[in-house]
Amino acid sequence: MYSRAYGRLTAVPPLAWVTLFLFLPYAFLFCFSFWEIRAQTIVHNWTFDNYRQLLHNRVYLDVLLRSARIAAGVTLLALALGFPLAYFVSFRASRHKDLLYQLVVIPLWVSYLVRAYAWKTILGSDGVLNTLLMYGGVVHHPLSFLLYSPFAVTLTLTHIYTPFAFLPIYASLEQIPRSLIEAAEDLGASRLRIFRTIVFPLALPGMVAGATFAFVLSLGDFLAPLLIGGPNGVMISNLVVSLFGAAYDWPLGAAISLCMLVLVVTLITLAERLQRSLQHGAA
Amino acid sequence: MRPRFSWLSVHAALVFAFLYLPIFILALYSFNGESVGGFPPRGWTLRWYSVLFQDEALWSSISNSAIVAVFAVVLSLLFGLPAALALDRVRFPGKMIYRRLILLPLILPGIITGLSLLMLFVSAGVKLSLLTIAIGHGTALISIAVTEISAGLEKFDRVQEEASLDLGASEWRTFWRIALPNLKLSILAAALLIFTLSLDEIAVSFFLVGRENTLPLEIWSRLRRGITPEINAVSTLLFCFSLITIVLWYKLRRPNHDDQETSQTGSKSRPAS
Repeated sequence: MYSRAYGRLTAVPPLAWVTLFLFLPYAFLFCFSFWEIRAQTIVHNWTFDNYRQLLHNRVYLDVLLRSARIAAGVTLLALALGFPLAYFVSFRASRHKDLLYQLVVIPLWVSYLVRAYAWKTILGSDGVLNTLLMYGGVVHHPLSFLLYSPFAVTLTLTHIYTPFAFLPIYASLEQIPRSLIEAAEDLGASRLRIFRTIVFPLALPGMVAGATFAFVLSLGDFLAPLLIGGPNGVMISNLVVSLFGAAYDWPLGAAISLCMLVLVVTLITLAERLQRSLQHGAA
Repeated sequence: MRPRFSWLSVHAALVFAFLYLPIFILALYSFNGESVGGFPPRGWTLRWYSVLFQDEALWSSISNSAIVAVFAVVLSLLFGLPAALALDRVRFPGKMIYRRLILLPLILPGIITGLSLLMLFVSAGVKLSLLTIAIGHGTALISIAVTEISAGLEKFDRVQEEASLDLGASEWRTFWRIALPNLKLSILAAALLIFTLSLDEIAVSFFLVGRENTLPLEIWSRLRRGITPEINAVSTLLFCFSLITIVLWYKLRRPNHDDQETSQTGSKSRPAS
């Protein structure tokens, strides 16, 4: 029903722009990852050396595994915090539903950096938590593992990504027809059974979406580890940052980034497929 | 059924405490009398707020951020609006890949988009400046413009447009008289969201920064140097600013607001960190 001119006018300018400023940069990432560095200059010489180095040097694999562990921890915690909260807001909060929903969203609008920094004030050796623990007589010396550790990174990232897990779960819970639950109640189903056979299966697609957000975003994070991670909290993106900075090995950094890109796109595709099959299964 | 006391409400209260504790601490320490971060805060002062107002580096970074954010809004709407229209109603080869590419920065860690653009600019011999940051933000945030405007397109009744076209109005006229007025709220909401996200963006800016800092980069460089109470003060002010923006944003959405819709688009809108 729309003319070809309309199609051209709406499709072509954005297409040209994103080709230039999204597709081309990602293509550069691909090319750089196969180039090499000699005497501090990047040589356009095609080689698999960067990838070979990633496979042979244990450091890269170890840091990637640690990042994946931290991201998995964040994902589990975000689901454990986000799911019951979403259930509470959707099913129990009747009158204050809107308000509570917005209360979950508002922290997202506080600068990410600043929230990460606030955790430093809380977890530090003379910080809020240690002072309270010592005051209460729980410990006699400040706990040093609280700050500059994978624990600190996990806690901070959980704080940042819990709302991201909450949002899609809440959306899927809101879509459950209340009449379905009333019917089950009328027919004498117990609360546990209603949860197990209706609520949980219908919330699964939302949980998959929330888990994907939390995992992917925390996997690629580099600011929280720099700020509060310490030497044991270094994550994969920190390696990339240093390779693009002081270490000056762009090709190797590009190779790591390309691996991350492929990993992320694969995860998203799998998650979308899983969501679709869950939705069809439930319908 | 009356809401009763239950472990669910206790859990909810604890999660809210967890989410708000850092923000509370932040605001508290912006009034701390001492410049070291020990607990409890000793003495109260407004010193950090007055220091803030004389801090020229901080103010110039704030105005840099505002310039970048305005540019990002213009850029992402300029390309996001036609892209949303094309994805909705035009058939062309490679449409699926096109959609994928546009939406990729929404979920991809910002560091990858940032350094990919860095490689493009360096290879093309472009000098890094506020302009390169603005192009980075504008391009990455087209994804937000497209999701917001697509949600708006799904809501309004297509029949109006068909009637206008059937009655002989040109497509251009139909766009101005029917589509644009119907999409006004989505476009405004997208603009506000993109503005705020750009103000807080750091991963992409981190790689594309030239000589002039944006606010988050200025904050970052100070945080790395040590405890800086004026950062608590500026963050508290920013929090208030964000709060006002979000209230405005919700007010704008109100006219065609229902929970389901809000939460669905809400899930897609995330800070591009």
